[in-house]
This record gives sequence, C-alpha cells and structure tokens, in this order.
Amino acid sequence: MSNGNMNLTLKVWRQKNAQTAGKFVSYKAESISPDMSFLEMLDVVNESLTHKGEEPINFDHDCREGICGMCSLYINGHPHGPKRGITTCQLHMRTFHDGETITIEPWRAEAFPIVKDLAVDRSAFDRIQQAGGYVSVNTGGVPDGNAIPIPKVIADEAFNSATCIGCGACVAACKNASAMLFVSAKITQLGLLPQGQPERYRRVQSMVAQMDEEGFGSCTNTGACEAECPKEIKLTNIARMNNDFFSAKLFRQEEIHEQNH
Amino acid sequence: MTLDAKIPQGPLAEKWSKHKFDLKLVNPANKRKYDIIVVGTGLAGASAAATLAELGYNVKAFCFQDSPRRAHSIAAQGGINAAKNYQNDGDSVFRLFYDTIKGGDYRAREANVYRLAQVSVNIIDQCVAQGVPFAREYGGLLDNRSFGGSQVSRTFYARGQTGQQLLLGAYSALNRQIHAGKVKMYTRHEMLDVVTIDGHAKGIVTRNMLTGAIDTHAGHAVLLCTGGYSNVFYLSTNAIGSNVTAAWRAHKRGAFFGNPCYTQIHPTCIPVTGDHQSKLTLMSESLRNDGRVWAPKTVEIAEQLRKGTLKADQVKEDDRDYFLERKYPAFGNLVPRDVASRNAKEMVEEGKGVGGSGFAVFLDFADAIKRLGEETVKAKYGNLFDMYIQITDENPYKQPMRIYPAVHYTMGGLWVDYNLSTTIPGLYALGECNFSDHGANRLGASALMQGLSDGYFVIPYTLGDYLAKIGPKKVDTSHPAFEQTKQDVIAHVNKLLSLKGTKTTNEYHRELGHIMWEYCGMARTDEGLRKAKGLIQALKADFWKNAIVTGENEEVNASLERAGRVADFIELGELMIDDALMRKESCGGHFRVESQTADGEALRDDENFAFVAAWEFKGENQPEELHKEQLTFEAVHLSQRNYA
Repeated sequence: MSNGNMNLTLKVWRQKNAQTAGKFVSYKAESISPDMSFLEMLDVVNESLTHKGEEPINFDHDCREGICGMCSLYINGHPHGPKRGITTCQLHMRTFHDGETITIEPWRAEAFPIVKDLAVDRSAFDRIQQAGGYVSVNTGGVPDGNAIPIPKVIADEAFNSATCIGCGACVAACKNASAMLFVSAKITQLGLLPQGQPERYRRVQSMVAQMDEEGFGSCTNTGACEAECPKEIKLTNIARMNNDFFSAKLFRQEEIHEQNH
Repeated sequence: MTLDAKIPQGPLAEKWSKHKFDLKLVNPANKRKYDIIVVGTGLAGASAAATLAELGYNVKAFCFQDSPRRAHSIAAQGGINAAKNYQNDGDSVFRLFYDTIKGGDYRAREANVYRLAQVSVNIIDQCVAQGVPFAREYGGLLDNRSFGGSQVSRTFYARGQTGQQLLLGAYSALNRQIHAGKVKMYTRHEMLDVVTIDGHAKGIVTRNMLTGAIDTHAGHAVLLCTGGYSNVFYLSTNAIGSNVTAAWRAHKRGAFFGNPCYTQIHPTCIPVTGDHQSKLTLMSESLRNDGRVWAPKTVEIAEQLRKGTLKADQVKEDDRDYFLERKYPAFGNLVPRDVASRNAKEMVEEGKGVGGSGFAVFLDFADAIKRLGEETVKAKYGNLFDMYIQITDENPYKQPMRIYPAVHYTMGGLWVDYNLSTTIPGLYALGECNFSDHGANRLGASALMQGLSDGYFVIPYTLGDYLAKIGPKKVDTSHPAFEQTKQDVIAHVNKLLSLKGTKTTNEYHRELGHIMWEYCGMARTDEGLRKAKGLIQALKADFWKNAIVTGENEEVNASLERAGRVADFIELGELMIDDALMRKESCGGHFRVESQTADGEALRDDENFAFVAAWEFKGENQPEELHKEQLTFEAVHLSQRNYA
C-alpha cells in the first residue's frame, strides 16, 4: 500500500498504561512516500504490525488538518516535530531523510499521565477551562451583535489568542511543564474583549488556582512554549496574565469576594 | 407506521412562534427532576447540553474524544450565515430561507428551513456575547463575506477558523455548566446502543474507551448530536474518528434513517495524491470569493500541464477556460457546491484535468493578488494557504491551487419531525446527525448555523414539551431492558474481538470507500448501483470471516473501536445504495446519469420524488422498508434550479 522510497527506523515509546513501566521499541518504516503525513506513516507501520498479529502503536489523532489539537507526538526532541508552527498531523515525511532514525515519545509532564504508548491524558486542561475560561452568559436575552463594537485591532488580537488548540505542546516543551501559555491565551482572549470584563479578575484567579492544583510547574520565561506552539501563541499572553493576576491579588480582592457570593 | 412531521399550522412566518406558545412548559422547579443524555459535544451537542443545564435540567454529556473541544465542528473553516442584513444588501429571513430551499434543490422541509433562517440572527448575538472573536470592520462592527448559492454578504466569520471559534464558544458554555455541577461530562466514552422501554428511549449503553467498561446510563430523553457519516467513503474531509455508530445503532432500534444517499461533495479540496492518504483536506469555500476557477481550454495544454512541461502561470489568458464564470455569469465562482463540483468533474472527464493525476482544476489567486495585494490576500486566507503549502509543497501565492471535489458532509441522517424527535419518542437528533434542513445539497456556511440553531434555540423548547407530557418519574438502570441491551452490546464486542483473520479493518474500510465513491459518488447509474450492492454484500460477509481485530476489550483498543465503526459503515453503505437506487432523479449532489436536462444539469422529478425517504430497519440482512414524507412547498415554487 505504501508507495515511496524512504526507509526509516522508528524508536517508539511503548507503555501499556499509566501503571506499568514503558520502554523504547524499534520498528522499521519501509517504502514511505515523502508526501505522507507523519501520522499516515504511523498508519502504515500499524497496518504491518496488525498483519503480524502484534498490537498497533497507540497515538491520539482525529482531524488530521491541524485544528482539533488531538495529535501530540514528541518527535526527535520537539513537540509536533522539528518544523515551526504546525501540528504533528501537518508534518510531512519530506521533512525527514531516507535512512534516518526518528525517536517518538509521548508528552512528558506529571499533569499529563500516560494513557497508552504515545497517548496522554490532558483532561487537566479541561478542568482549568471549567474553572473560569468563559463569559457567564446564558442562552438568549443577549444584545445585538453590533451593539458591542470592538476595534478591529482588538478583535484580531483576541482572535490570535483564541487560536490555541489545547494540544499541550507548550507544557511538553517546558522544562517545568508549565501550562502558562495555554492558560494565558484564554485569559488574554477574554480579557481583551468587552464581554470578558465583568469576570476578568475572578477568572484569572480561579484559572491560575486550578492550574496549580493540577500540578503544572511555574514559568521561568524561557520561551520554549512559544517556540514550539503549533499556533504560534505569543509569550506576551503570559505577561498579560501576570498583569491581571497581580492586579487581582493587590487591588481586586473585594470585588472578587463579592462576585463569589 | 405513518410519518408525521408535526409541522405547525398557519403561515410560514408564524409557525415557530405559534408552536413555541403551544408547546408545554416544564415548571422551573421541576426541571431538576429530569435527567437528559446528550451524545456528542460538537456545535449541536455542546450548545444543547449547556443550554439545557442553564434551564435547570441534569445533563450527562458523552464524547469519544479526550475532550469536548475536539469535536469535528472545530474544523469548519469558512463561516456561519445569518440574515442580519448588516450590509444593507437586501438580505432578509425570507431570502436566506429561499436560498437554502433552492440550494437544497427543493428536497428540504420548508417549515424547518424557515425556522433556521429566523433563528440565525440570534445565533450571532449569542456567540458574540460569549466572546467569539468574529472578524470586525475598522469601525468595530461585524464583518461579512459571501458564500456559494447566495448573492448577498451574510456570512460571519473568524478568519478561516470559524468552526473552531464557535465550538470553543459552546465548549466554554458547557464548561461553565460542568463547573456548576449541572453537566456531568464523560469523555473517551463511545455510545454503542440506545435502550428503549415501551417504545421510548430511556438511556444508552457506552464503552469506556480507557477501561473497556460497558456501562448503562438512564435518562428521560436521549439527544444524539453525533455528526455525519461522510467517512463511509473512507476518504473524506471528516476527522478520522467521525463515525455513524451511535446513529446506526439507534436506527437498528427503530429510528428511521432519512435520505441516506444525500451526500455533499465539496468542490474545493486538495486532490488525492496516493493510496497512503488517510483523509482529504478542504480548502474553504470562502476562497471562491477571490479565487477564480479554471481549466485549460484544450486537452493538449492540459497534457502539457500534467507532464509538467508547461506551468500554470505560463498558460495564456486566451487558453484558459473560467468555466464557472462562463456558464453561470450571475453567480460566477460562487455557484453552489454541487454545481461547482459537477463542472470540475466534467472538465476532468473531458481530459482537461490538471496535476499529476489529472484529477484537478485550478483555483487561481493571481488576479486577486494583483487587485488587492499579497498582504490583503494573506490576511483573508493566510492560514488556508499555509495549510495548502504544508500538504502539497506548492506555493499558491505563486502558482494556482489545484482543487478537486471530495466528500464533505451528509445531508441524510436520522429522520426527525419538526421537534427534532426521531421515530423513537424521547430520542432526538440534532445537527448533522439529523436529515432535516439541507435538502439534497447544503449551501456553504449553513452547517454551523444548523448545529447551533438546533442546540441553542430549538431543542430547549421542543424537548420541554415531551418531558412535560411524560412527567418527572425517576428513570434508572434497574429496568431489565438496560441489562438486556448491555448484553447485546457485549456480545457484539466479543464477536468483533473473535475476528482473527488476515485483513485489517482499515483495508475493508478502504475497499468500502472505493465502492461508494465509484458507484454512489458524484454520478450514479442504475447499473452501477446494482453492482455496488453486490460488492458491499460480499464485503460484509468477508469482513465477518476474515477481519483482524487485535487486543482485548479491557484496555485502550483502537483496533476494536475501528472495527465496530467499519462494520456499521458497511451496513450503512448498503442502505445508501438502496436509497440511491430508489431515487431515480437527480437532485443536489446526487446526480443520476439517467436523469439530466439537455444541458447536462441535474433534472429533478417532482411528480414522483418530492418526498423524504425514511427507511425502517426490519431485521439483520432483511430489506429495509421505505416510508415517504411528502414535501409540500407553499412559499417557494418548485422550479428548475438556475444559477445563470
């Protein structure tokens, strides 16, 4: 079924589940076309493993067009592989050379326990969003869309932050496994928009508290997260978050206390 | 059983408001006594779950992904329609309704589509209030663009990631309710069956995809918001995980399946390059606002382009055929998807296809770049261009894109009445999972609209009516129907796990896809469909003998998950063939070669086929029974579609 001319060696992390120890296992990926995506290359390997009656390599994937945020491989020491600004599913085999050995690992972070092989549990991200990553508005009874004018530059900037796909590459890239880029992207998006103002300071406090509770490390401004983010979310988001966080701690305690009642 | 669509009486424009008044209400204090199950957390599911929880119901929501934010709605690119008339270009609820009915080739239900157009204006307001960062004008007001099948600018968008932003909006509303304890969220859970008691849906059976635990869940109603089934074609623009299992199992329990053969073929996808390909990638229809579609005028030039001895930008203006602009001057490149797709296919069949395989036409931005400058084009479509570069290793700023139609969306789905109820009382289908609003062809920017309309603004009203009628008597899983259904599911899982043959389920899936695309794709013939039916039946028999499924149930097992879905796709494929065979007319993207005008346009047969086909499951390997819901058109006259 494969129809290309590349032959590769894969060193893949295999681990049955979070309770058992894992190890690297080597596989051959043969006759790989440079036009294949990285995940399609793994599909080919998995087909051949299945034919041999062996268990295929488990990895998370879904949309395969760079937007769902499900895919998550740590390839040759980089989340989503060596190219900038793309996800693993958008990485194509033409990026690699014939005969190359490729090391494939899962995201490594305490807050992301292993599910199986290369898949990890990122539900900590959901719980952070649940803690406050929203505007509290019920369905219906809202003003006309044009009743809330928003300058184009602000809308564009909010959009840039909103493009985060929640894949966790920022955590995987960070030596402290910090989730600050992820959290700050949502805080910035809603903090820039008029709709997000009423809960702005409460939001940052509850999301940061949840982030700490989930066991993510703290930020040391190394910038690996920004460098590896497939959506190129900027470090300035973290600056905005810190600003709101300190502002909330120093000047808004009363307001937040009120809101929580 | 006779089908009753329960369309309210009275003038079209007043049906929904009258109906809302006539529906029974559940007292706010009683709402907490009802448990609602929502399966799927895309636009329809997340918006429904959040809204019902806000109203006070207890909601259990399920998705097979690791997070509700991954639902495939996230991948929609171009935009969402709303009849706001912000552009002062003559838009109105009636015009949106009219465009949608006509675009659907008069095979949609008038009352549903009119309601969709009415509700569309509220959707935009709702999303803005949630903080969805729609594109804005410099003055701070919302921006719009235009989509196929319409002559006004009514499409709201967030760069090329509108689906993502709308889904994240609904996801945030859902998160708020999870935090409040009103929604209990079950991720990595796959629904494998629906439990019925005395003919009413009372719960579901799920498999926990981490542990293999087969569990039952009870509720007063079950909402299926599980998307479409384009992956029956193997290659489609859908996410790999998109599947038909929940809807198909519900069908086998008594929910009729409406118009299964109605498939939307999207004209602007990146063409297939080889056998290894696992999916296709769409290039948003919005590109046709500025991109011009063309093919070379002669077969000779096309050959040179295919061989690579001539480059696209070297083809002289006179040697290019801008076939959509030539044939449809009023709509130009923005003709509806089925029209654009069929014309691209024709070009290829005439030998004028381009690219290595010859299965492509050009989508050219050279004029737009000259007119607007590269920066403006980049601001409008940059992420789409980047995606194209990633996949093809070609630069669309320098060379035209190569595009070809691909399967994108299914207009068929579970049959529902005006209240979104399936033929199983208590079982509802929302969004792409149902058949109701798009007819034989979906116009651009209307899928997001329908998902959110159903979830935010329709089901919260219509579900209340059902709940008020059945009363808040507690339902729990102690009824023997739950254990019985669970045992059926376990038996099915074990049967799959016992398959230790020689072919992977992926290989079966690919074969199914080839059959479906070849015989039940953009053009269909009686002869081809008959042949396909035999092929699918043979494939099904072979699957249950020779498929390989590795691993066990009690672990993460992608092989098992896939096997179940492929088995269901094969069965659905057979029903799609039956449906296509029965419908001896051309409509929308469903083109029966035997039924065309002298100019080669799709020719409907209103006298014999102005109905919704609703199929009833009659037992394993039994022919399904066809029921017909006659479509009546009061507000628009049935006429030959014409975009010239």
